[in-house]
Amino acid sequence: MITSTAELQELANKKREENEKNPREISSERSTPFYTKQRRIVLENEGLIDPDDIEDYIAHGGYMSLFKALDEMTPKEVIEEVKISALRGRGGGGYPTGLKWESVSKVQSLQKYIICNGDEGDPGAFMDRAVMEGDPHRVLEGMAIAGYACGANKGYIYVRAEYPIAVEKLNRAIKQATRLGILGENIAHSGFNFTVEIRLGAGAFVCGEATALIASIEGNRGHPRQKPPHLSDHGLWGQPTVLNNVETLANIAPIIKNGGAWFRAIGTENSSGTKVFALTGHIKNTGLVEVPMGTTLRELIFDIGGGVEEGRKFKAIQSGGPSGGCIPEHLLDLQVDYESLKSAGSIMGSGGLIVIDESSNMVEIARFFMDFCRSESCGKCTPCRVGTTELTLLLDKFIKKEATKSDFELLKEMCNMVKSTSLCGLGQTAPNPVLSTIKYFEDEYLAGIKND
Amino acid sequence: MSMQTDDRYNTLEKSMKKLSYEKNALIEVLHSAQETFGYLGIDTLKYIAKRLKLPYSKVYGVATFYNYFRLKPKGRHNVVVCLGTACYIKGSDKILEKIEQRYGIKAGETTSDEALSILTARCFGSCSLAPVIVCDDVIKPKTTLESSTLEIEEMIK
Ligand SMILES: Cc1cc2nc3c(=O)[nH]c(=O)nc-3n(C[C@H](O)[C@H](O)[C@H](O)COP(=O)(O)O)c2cc1C
Ligand code: SF4
Ligand code: FES
Repeated sequence: MITSTAELQELANKKREENEKNPREISSERSTPFYTKQRRIVLENEGLIDPDDIEDYIAHGGYMSLFKALDEMTPKEVIEEVKISALRGRGGGGYPTGLKWESVSKVQSLQKYIICNGDEGDPGAFMDRAVMEGDPHRVLEGMAIAGYACGANKGYIYVRAEYPIAVEKLNRAIKQATRLGILGENIAHSGFNFTVEIRLGAGAFVCGEATALIASIEGNRGHPRQKPPHLSDHGLWGQPTVLNNVETLANIAPIIKNGGAWFRAIGTENSSGTKVFALTGHIKNTGLVEVPMGTTLRELIFDIGGGVEEGRKFKAIQSGGPSGGCIPEHLLDLQVDYESLKSAGSIMGSGGLIVIDESSNMVEIARFFMDFCRSESCGKCTPCRVGTTELTLLLDKFIKKEATKSDFELLKEMCNMVKSTSLCGLGQTAPNPVLSTIKYFEDEYLAGIKND
Repeated sequence: MSMQTDDRYNTLEKSMKKLSYEKNALIEVLHSAQETFGYLGIDTLKYIAKRLKLPYSKVYGVATFYNYFRLKPKGRHNVVVCLGTACYIKGSDKILEKIEQRYGIKAGETTSDEALSILTARCFGSCSLAPVIVCDDVIKPKTTLESSTLEIEEMIK
């Protein structure tokens, strides 16, 4: 059992000595531009530590932040530090994490919950998977610090069932942390209790949405509900609840260790820190990259990603998944942060970046996302259930080059209707890929209109 | 075989017991039932409803809401084609089409000799290996129209 910072330090030192005796090989790839342009905070341990061994995490400074918070800081001071860092939610919404924690900490209640959103619904994104599989303790540490700050003693991780290895690593991590007394009762003699359980998703995109996720943990169909009441007042089983994304929580331990001001200094004015992106599509180097906010799309695609594959021409980059948009070539010097992406008609989303070359048709890509939203719509409200179906059929007409001029007007009108009248984020953002491709690639829609 | 003598029902019973027959653990119970039986048959769903004291409509409603739950048995082998964005951009829709044509069934169906089921998925988080197909739980990276059918032949032979 580890009951004090001194004991934690002692274990870290012992393990470090052991590691020095049996050094692990570090891939020489780390000196290529793919790596040198990156700045790793969330992924700092990726590939360097053994996710199956809590001692290895501790040897790399793991759980020091939790013990520091418990030993030296009041819950209020923890929240203050997170507020200073200006960390914003990495799950898509970009809501300031410190403010979210503060509102839950202020609610009087005997039972509160911390939920980690590991549903990673955006198809084509795998940042959260990498963290849960490669550095599971970092997620647990972030959750425990959140629990201490907000007065919650129970945490849940909602992981998608398609990630069996993540589930296995997290389960093992929870067991090991519990065995060492780092999770459980009276952690480090502080009087703070915190336990974590895993809940499996079952393949419904809408369950990434906060209220649907809670319905799912409670054993129901994942139907979103109207907000307010917000989760801070009425979350899991009606109790005050903090819901944070995996990557958001993975930033917490470094913030407590190095201070909010350190984090605030990385990135841009309104978007601090780094962001992990999943670079995929028609690009030479695919994979996860972590860069400071404010890095340009051009740097991401050409310097880190090595450019478009097979010498073909770049056409667009899609960000934000089914809720996002496509950004054309002339905007490649755009800095990647919440506001800039929004002003270009896309969103940060969870961090999927899909490079699209000249061989793809943008209307077909818009249809792909619309069809995804159609099949993932939970069906609770009409604008989304019927609207996404109608929009898919309309887009088909353009693809078959059978659309009329009035279809084009109807398409735009219906997009705006679905956006403004749907109940939850799924329907509200489903038209985005269509709207953004109309904005930048209108000629491809016009080409789908038959002349008569 | 009656439920009492079918070992799989014992396994299911044990997992419900472990979850203290909590109504709100329904999704966990469905997961373990699917693991045990390979799919969620109507009898199994009715049994779960009875044991958790939930209306059958609720159990059926939850089981059909989530894509991960299968209400029909799978074939002896299965291939899952990823239709997530990264794989789609790399042509996984065409790969699926080719496999469907080759075996004369649609996604979600099983061949009449029960040798092969074709399934689809939203994303395995292996997007840098796109397009991927999964043959009996083994990820096959960077597949092509040709390699995908070869992999399947290899699996079912
Ligand atoms: C349809 C829909 C799907 C979502 N899927 C996810 C998801 O897979 N993972 C995630 O972290 N957030 C997802 N979100 C955002 C969450 O609702 C929520 O804002 C987020 O988990 C809060 O954590 P954060 O503040 O740390 O970002 C989704 C939202 C919507 C509307
Ligand atoms: S917008 Fe779509 S997903 Fe959201 S509640 Fe309505 S039908 Fe369900
Ligand atoms: S999109 Fe196919 S594995 Fe992610």
